Amino acid sequence: MSGDVRYWLRENIGTIFAFAAFVAMFLLYVANHSAGLNANVAQTAANKGVILAIVAMAQTFVVLTSGIDLSVGMVMVLANCLASQIVIGTPMSTAFGVLAVLAVGAVCGAINAMIVIFGRLQPIVTTIATGAIYYGAALALRPVPGGDVNATLADALTGQFAGGLPASLFLLLALVTLVWWPFRHSVIGRAVYAVGSSEVSAYMSGVPIRRAKFAAYTLSGLLASVAGLFVTFVTYSGEASAANGGTYTLYSIAAVVLGGVSLFGGSGSAIGAIFGALMFRTIGDLLFVFDVEPLWQPLFQGAVLMAAVCLGSLRLLRIRNRLELYG
Amino acid sequence: MTARTGAATPPPFSSMPLFEMQGVSKRYGGVLALTDANLAIHAGRIHAVLGENGAGKSTLIKIMAGVVAPDDGHMLLDADSVTFNSPSDAQAAGISCIFQELSLIPDLSVADNIAISDPPLRFGLIDRRAQRRLAEEALARAGAGNIHPSALVKDLPLSRRQMVEIAKALARKPRILILDEATSALTATDVTKIYGVLKRLRSEGLALVYISHRMHEIAELADECTVFRNGRSVASYVAGAKSDSEIVELMIGRELAGEFPKRPVRTTSHAPPRLEAFHLSWDDRLHDISFALHAGEVVGLGGLDGQGQRELLLALFGVLRGTTGKVSIDGTAVTIASPSVAKRKDIGMALIPEDRKSEGLMLPMSVRDNLAFAAQDELSRWGIVDRSAERKAVERIVQRLAIRTDGLYVPAASLSGGNQQKLVIGKWLMVSPRILLLNDPTRGIDVGTKQELYELLRELAQAGAAILFYSTDVDELVGCCDRVLVMVDGAIRRELAGPAITEHALVSSALNLGTEKELPT
Repeated sequence: MSGDVRYWLRENIGTIFAFAAFVAMFLLYVANHSAGLNANVAQTAANKGVILAIVAMAQTFVVLTSGIDLSVGMVMVLANCLASQIVIGTPMSTAFGVLAVLAVGAVCGAINAMIVIFGRLQPIVTTIATGAIYYGAALALRPVPGGDVNATLADALTGQFAGGLPASLFLLLALVTLVWWPFRHSVIGRAVYAVGSSEVSAYMSGVPIRRAKFAAYTLSGLLASVAGLFVTFVTYSGEASAANGGTYTLYSIAAVVLGGVSLFGGSGSAIGAIFGALMFRTIGDLLFVFDVEPLWQPLFQGAVLMAAVCLGSLRLLRIRNRLELYG
Repeated sequence: MTARTGAATPPPFSSMPLFEMQGVSKRYGGVLALTDANLAIHAGRIHAVLGENGAGKSTLIKIMAGVVAPDDGHMLLDADSVTFNSPSDAQAAGISCIFQELSLIPDLSVADNIAISDPPLRFGLIDRRAQRRLAEEALARAGAGNIHPSALVKDLPLSRRQMVEIAKALARKPRILILDEATSALTATDVTKIYGVLKRLRSEGLALVYISHRMHEIAELADECTVFRNGRSVASYVAGAKSDSEIVELMIGRELAGEFPKRPVRTTSHAPPRLEAFHLSWDDRLHDISFALHAGEVVGLGGLDGQGQRELLLALFGVLRGTTGKVSIDGTAVTIASPSVAKRKDIGMALIPEDRKSEGLMLPMSVRDNLAFAAQDELSRWGIVDRSAERKAVERIVQRLAIRTDGLYVPAASLSGGNQQKLVIGKWLMVSPRILLLNDPTRGIDVGTKQELYELLRELAQAGAAILFYSTDVDELVGCCDRVLVMVDGAIRRELAGPAITEHALVSSALNLGTEKELPT
């Protein structure tokens, strides 16, 4: 059975690496934090990390198909603006509001999918354009920051749970078990990996390419709207912030790369991307506890990202036909 | 009915064919890949399909496997008419195909790949345990029980992947199994195993279609054979009914398509060869290749497609890392570590790549820019391009090659295929190469342009260039070359010179038949 363990390690090396790196960084952070690890420190860190983690999960679906989704941040912003209008009132109307926000996110993703599949446009261009449209819609919904959200629900999801554990981590866990795990073990999930790894081979093997891409983009939109909901719960308001949208989009790509998901598609997992996101957030916190000027933060985050990309490129040294370097 | 279709009448087999193709045609643009092709295959028999490069075999099996749709003709399965709109349709009808270019997904595990078309499900999700059992069973059936089902395909060597491919096809429990050059990447042990597997499948009642260029394999396995030539099925016969020599005749027998420029009488010179290679090897694709190329000579590279000809050109041009052996230019040893070294003045090598769209041209850029690229150094001083010198040089080439273009500033993409190919060649003529390597330059271009190309090659050789010319077209090799090196499995199998270059000799040496004299060692 040792053979099985070896192959399992081989298949999940990126995820394991991201997990280990995050744990190491987080321990370093906790050890140097003046207050140590208490419930409040954990809650704040988790709330910050979970938003990016969910956006990174969203990004993972599309990156696995060897595409890229530059609209995730804007879908998140749109969901945030919409949630600040309709996730309010009686439990019933709040529930309907949540469902409506999720539906809008899924539709945004489905629109991306349709354009990429039937319009045959490159994902990067498509999602820049649709991202701008989604942002426009957000701005129309909420020209100035404001709005409100059902505080009971918001506090429950951003607060503490079962003796001080951050509730947001349970939300993340729920997303992994209810969305990622079934996806990973479904026929459509495998098709997503197959399409990203080699679309020609996938076609030759009778894999449903279109359905796979449709699922990937739609799930991406859906999860981006979950992130938007969570932003609303943390801030109790909605804001059509272009800066937020752009930053989360770019950071989600960074998190995906740190999490061992290949930008060429076909390998990696959302769990890796989650740890990538948490790692990326921890870099900022680490700099804080070591009293480094906040101005240095982007530089350090960039350096860590660069190092991760270099690790991923080591395989290129083994290529013997130089033409493959450019393929 | 012409005499030719008369010859294609199937042999009198008693049983009804399991699958039949009648009058199937396929056209790609202006090229007829398949014309009125007929094929009948039977359960419990191995049917070999033979033919030289471009005879239409690949198109035939792509149609059978549902990858491309025929323009014309019928397909019958169990005497019922069928049409396939996608590979899944063909698979559902019980046709499994093992393609030459592998259809495996590199980032997925062996088991994932074997079960990819129809994975076992439990509660709507993939049942990994059942999938693993299925994979183990299929691997064992293919005689590859030593491959671990959890291994990632991208980590396996080519020969193992080929075995996985076979296991994958078997896991679908097909009624018809098509093997396209399925043994080309296998080790000798695997080949023996595969023979056993195929014979067992035959006894289980499968119909097998076997495409191979290895005549001994066909002799060992086939029950029936069909020969293709120029997209037509020219003969079907019971295995063993025809001699090797008769088969080669069936495969070639076509009228010459083009006129070739006269070969000048070559005077022997005592100068060292322009290019000489000693014991070149690379990876497991090139084995101990030695040859000389003289100034003024057009030397052909022959053999079936994919026997290492492309790699040899790339190795000479400095693209392949880890090439062993030596190369000398004009008697001086040189190390060519990259294409930029290869094009240096003292070496003067140019390579016309096979895929002009991705390796030869920058399609959105203008005709002028494309032509001037390789000569950038000659046309500039202190890093600034001399625009008027550039224009003059470019105009000269356009005129010399009669490139039909709407001016120098239109994008290369707007030119026809033949003129694009001239552009690639013109680009390298700008630097007056002393050694010209060509990788199947006439593939997919029209007859008129081909003609011009042949004349150009001869002209360049007359002017003192040494030319190494890989072609998948046997006619061209016969018509154009002073000598031909025939490659088989990454090694030079035979060298033919002057009048010894005949279609028959080229095809039989490419098939590795022992009818010609061996290369003296």
